Amino acid sequence: MNVSETVEFIAALFILFGSIISVISAFGIIRFPDVYSRAHAATKSSTLAVLLTLFGAFIYFWISEGIISVRLILGIIFVYITSPTAGHLIIRAAYRSNVARTETTKVDELKEVYEAYERQQKNPPHHTEDG
Amino acid sequence: MIDTMLITAMVLFGISIAVALYRIIRGPSLPDRVISMDFIGVNLISAIAVFSVLFQTRAYLEVILILGILAFISTIALSKFIERGVIIERKRDS
Repeated sequence: MNVSETVEFIAALFILFGSIISVISAFGIIRFPDVYSRAHAATKSSTLAVLLTLFGAFIYFWISEGIISVRLILGIIFVYITSPTAGHLIIRAAYRSNVARTETTKVDELKEVYEAYERQQKNPPHHTEDG
Repeated sequence: MIDTMLITAMVLFGISIAVALYRIIRGPSLPDRVISMDFIGVNLISAIAVFSVLFQTRAYLEVILILGILAFISTIALSKFIERGVIIERKRDS
């Protein structure tokens, strides 16, 4: 087993770890009780799974064919930036459209913030600059 | 050995896509379905990466970029639709 085969084996190991983490987050999507915890499973760990898989593919092409694939690097950067952003936006939309939480939720810290914001939207203050 | 590991990874990605499809059909609210759709798009990206490693070709790597952009844009548009009821806002001077 020379060096190239060893590095290809490590790349395949990265890909296998990525797929295992993806299955774990899929079971998180099924098993969690409400939409907020499901988003926790679906955005964070699936981002990790995709990054591991694309990194494994990048290492594989680098070693076996000697090519640094710019498209894979762009894909890694794009997924790394956009996946948490999409999760944040969809959960904010779910909160503002009053999707029901599970009964074991104890603390809702966003409620006061949004109530104050809506009160301010209804009757805006006269003095825009202070002092 | 490496081929066996790659085929196992493809099967595991297929399993996770099927599980997310169950959540899309079952899901009680619209954000559940959108989250599962985003999850399916992200898993398709990695399945295509495994596919191109398995067949020793670099012809499918553009599909990764296109699918990433499509999944992100559709999730953003659907979340804006859920939050405000419109996708494109036309602001007028009051």
